[in-house]
Amino acid sequence: MVATHDTSDLDAAPVLVGQEVTSDSGPAPRVTLSHLDELWFQVSGTLCNLECTHCFISCSPRNDSFGYLTLTEVERSLEESVRHGVKEYYFTGGEPFLNRDILPILEKTLEYGPATVLTNGTVLKPEWLERLRAAEDRSLYSLEFRVSIDGPTPETNDPIRGPRTFERAMKGVELLCRHGFLPIITMTRTWPDEHDAEVLGQFRKVLAEHGCNRPRLKVLPRLKIGAEQQRTCGYTDTERVTQQMMADYDESQLVCSHSRIVTSKGVYVCPILIEEPDARMGNTLDEALGPNPLRHGACFTCYLYGSICTNPSSSKRE
Amino acid sequence: MQLALFGGVYNNWLALESAIHDARQRGAEQLFCLGDMGAFGPHPDRVFPLLHDHNVICIQGNYDDSIGNDLSDCQCGYTDPRDNYFAQISYEYTYEHTSPANRAWLRDLPKEHRLEADGLKMLLCHGSPRQTNEFLWESTTSTHFLDSLADDFNADVIFATHSGIHWQRRLDHGRRFVNVGVLGRPENDGRTCVWYTLARTGSDVSTDSDDPRLEIEFVPVEYDFARLAAEMRAESLPEEFVETICAGWWTTCLEVLPAKERRRGRF
Repeated sequence: MVATHDTSDLDAAPVLVGQEVTSDSGPAPRVTLSHLDELWFQVSGTLCNLECTHCFISCSPRNDSFGYLTLTEVERSLEESVRHGVKEYYFTGGEPFLNRDILPILEKTLEYGPATVLTNGTVLKPEWLERLRAAEDRSLYSLEFRVSIDGPTPETNDPIRGPRTFERAMKGVELLCRHGFLPIITMTRTWPDEHDAEVLGQFRKVLAEHGCNRPRLKVLPRLKIGAEQQRTCGYTDTERVTQQMMADYDESQLVCSHSRIVTSKGVYVCPILIEEPDARMGNTLDEALGPNPLRHGACFTCYLYGSICTNPSSSKRE
Repeated sequence: MQLALFGGVYNNWLALESAIHDARQRGAEQLFCLGDMGAFGPHPDRVFPLLHDHNVICIQGNYDDSIGNDLSDCQCGYTDPRDNYFAQISYEYTYEHTSPANRAWLRDLPKEHRLEADGLKMLLCHGSPRQTNEFLWESTTSTHFLDSLADDFNADVIFATHSGIHWQRRLDHGRRFVNVGVLGRPENDGRTCVWYTLARTGSDVSTDSDDPRLEIEFVPVEYDFARLAAEMRAESLPEEFVETICAGWWTTCLEVLPAKERRRGRF
């Protein structure tokens, strides 16, 4: 795939016109949407029962800057997505299971395509999982659960996610396994990259002790925005993607080349940038198909690590 | 018309030999292989004479692209370190045991093949028409996505392989997507057979077919897997690979499996 350096299509994205997209190193490179493969839903907005210190969108029980999506709103986007040939659907928040409509939303989605829900695992109920398991069995498609746990011990996890969250999330994992789901454990890397193998090994052992004998693990890089910006530090001005960096780069590694996210405030470019006003692309999917300038620090992390939001089963590298 | 479509061979020359024999016996007029000749099994160079002698029309998989162009890995796109560890063992073995002439042949294979059979426009590719190493799993590929591929690539029938498990989906306007399976290893179902696909069109379609224009048959192939296992051991290939051949369960490259497909397996 060839990097898009052309800036002559500025007018193609009305919401971006007139906004500053240049820095000292020249205009921000713009990424064209190659195909809308993944459609995300910010289904519980920024509302979460936890308040993780590294959350890249500062979700909390009090942050209602983005609200819940209703079943009707999700259905409207699902129907619109058919025309765009969307391959998979992802649900995030906040904590998706705080949304009272989440069960019918996931049931409806499984009529359209595969669904993945990102949860902290602490509020799951057996009767919900029974119902969702039945929905997945009826469907052609997989229902994936991604459970966020930030380390293989309470000592690693709880300082970030809150007291007793390790224990509560592991109970959620046990519950998922008992209902025949195979949760993907996602962990944000708060340790040096070179410790990955050791952490993953520890995690496999701990998960086996909790009845999860086919562990699926995904390590995510830290995104230095939102709460994480306060916890450690934000991006420096030099941590930006430049035109030069895009030469010979596999653009398909960038979430914005194949995804968009529906929120209570419209459609945004990616799940990471919803608190950035310039990441809002329009009211509908049709309005949100324009190119995206990589002007944020988080774009730099996405560039470096690649494929950070999708499941391993959807990985593809050029 | 009756066509036979083989997926990844993964050096399993014994299964390829059996599949060719079976397809000919069933009256297949033309044989195709959708790429990934190497990986996993023993003696890569035993695959090529079979393909040439039986006029199998071949397209290039990601493995073939890597071997043919002297790349450092197979471009399978695994994310799990364990999967990558085993993938690299089989890649280095295959690279070292593929002759320069066969590497050059792999390098020059086309990425896709198009043909028209009884009025149906057929597109043969490796992973997907848009990207060689894209996994199209049954449980993670929506029907409207496949419709969009059929539109974008102007095809009535798309044949692919790469993921390792056969499946098909009917699309709008009577179109079809078919993953033809692979000959290289069993399908993670506890059986030792491997699979290929027969596609019948026109007057070759059975009278009881619910689609009078196209009939797809997935064909299990029994072959001498015990001999393959012995050859793999003699070549010091990992016992994990041998176990898959003998027991029919995948032991490696599991991380890329979606939930439904993973659940059907043992590991």
